[in-house]
Amino acid sequence: MSYELPKLPYAYDTLEPYIDAQTMEIHHTKHHQAYITNVNKALEGLDALAAKPVDDLLRDIKGVPEDKRQAVINNGGGHANHSLFWQILGKGKGGAPKGELAKAIDAEFGGYDAFKEKFANAALTRFGSGWAWLGLDKGRVVLLSTPNQDSPLLQGITPLLGLDVWEHAYYLKYQNRRADYIAAWWNVVDWDRVTEFYKAAKG
Amino acid sequence: MRRTRRDFLRTAGTLTAASAMIGAPIEAYAQAAPAPQSAPPPPAVPALGKMTVHTLPPLPYDYNALEPYIDEATMRLHHDKHHAAYVNGLIAAETKLAEARASGDYEYVEYWSKKAAFNGGGHWLHSMFWKVMAPPGNGGGGEPQGMLAEKLANDFGSVAAFRAHFAAAAKAAEGAGWALLHYRFTDGRLVILQAENQQKITSWNTVPFLGIDVWEHAYYLKYNNRRADYVDAWWNVVNWGQVETNLTALMGAMKA
Repeated sequence: MSYELPKLPYAYDTLEPYIDAQTMEIHHTKHHQAYITNVNKALEGLDALAAKPVDDLLRDIKGVPEDKRQAVINNGGGHANHSLFWQILGKGKGGAPKGELAKAIDAEFGGYDAFKEKFANAALTRFGSGWAWLGLDKGRVVLLSTPNQDSPLLQGITPLLGLDVWEHAYYLKYQNRRADYIAAWWNVVDWDRVTEFYKAAKG
Repeated sequence: MRRTRRDFLRTAGTLTAASAMIGAPIEAYAQAAPAPQSAPPPPAVPALGKMTVHTLPPLPYDYNALEPYIDEATMRLHHDKHHAAYVNGLIAAETKLAEARASGDYEYVEYWSKKAAFNGGGHWLHSMFWKVMAPPGNGGGGEPQGMLAEKLANDFGSVAAFRAHFAAAAKAAEGAGWALLHYRFTDGRLVILQAENQQKITSWNTVPFLGIDVWEHAYYLKYNNRRADYVDAWWNVVNWGQVETNLTALMGAMKA
């Protein structure tokens, strides 16, 4: 059993003009695919591990032999992170969280605007390659950023919303202007989907 | 052997000269540099200690000089935006640390120390990077010669083995980082190390004098995800003469 590239829920140009079609295509078919190819390679001969959903693999990273662990963190993480990313994006989806999730964000961050500001700051101050996240940590919503492809699952935090700030995620259209990319990205965040993840994680 | 003050000054002077050769812009050089984008304001409160005026060094060639291996648009962004940001970031961090010394308030010393390391690393490595490249066929490309060729062959088995090792390290660097060739002054040999970001997985008894930036901003516009193609192409612009000059300066300044 090996991991496979999930299909995008939309076309490569659906998120234009906020995220350009060329980036979507390269990001999906090259970068995400490479993570999958590499995690499958790392788990060759470790069938029990390869059969696990990638999220479970990351939640229990100590179960991966030490000599393969970093490769799995990097590439299993890359696979998990991007699989989530494609799902929380969508055309015409920008807006605000509603219901339970909105209440949790208000309580934790002091409102949606305050949350956006803190999230953008986390994304901007993640130097080098990494991600900014909204996650669920023991029933509470939390904001964090991680380096490279480190998944919040490694820390026992369930990711609900993620923003890829590796340069490959924005360089063709935004070049060095990461702040512009972040500002544009809010227009394609699918809060309904994020709420689904929140409800599922809360249980 | 008891080190005298004269010994210290002589070594420090040679080190400064060596670093100036490799990358750090010296004052006269600095006059020609374009103003950094949005330079940070001067310290708001008294700052304690000498403040270096860090400046963005000019490229030794035109933005399009490394075509077709490194594209003009990338060179413009990389130098004028990314490197400039490291210069500004370093000035800001050092200013804040100087203010902390003046006020005695070290609440944010960890934050600004990290910023100083990141931006200082970025400024130094990029200053070195521009200089170890040259237009293909006009200083760039070809084979290392003389003492450098001998040293590479000696320390890595052969020049080809050095190239293969260096390229592999560059291609395998996870996320944003560098592959760097260092001079290790404790035993006088060359070593290949990666850097993560601009300042991580560093080493204390070595100084890098040749490097390739493998942050995605260094190659994405032309090569997209194909970092391996960028690394393979980059050899065509390596200025082996400058690299040898760098090594000679370091070997002179820091005897094993």
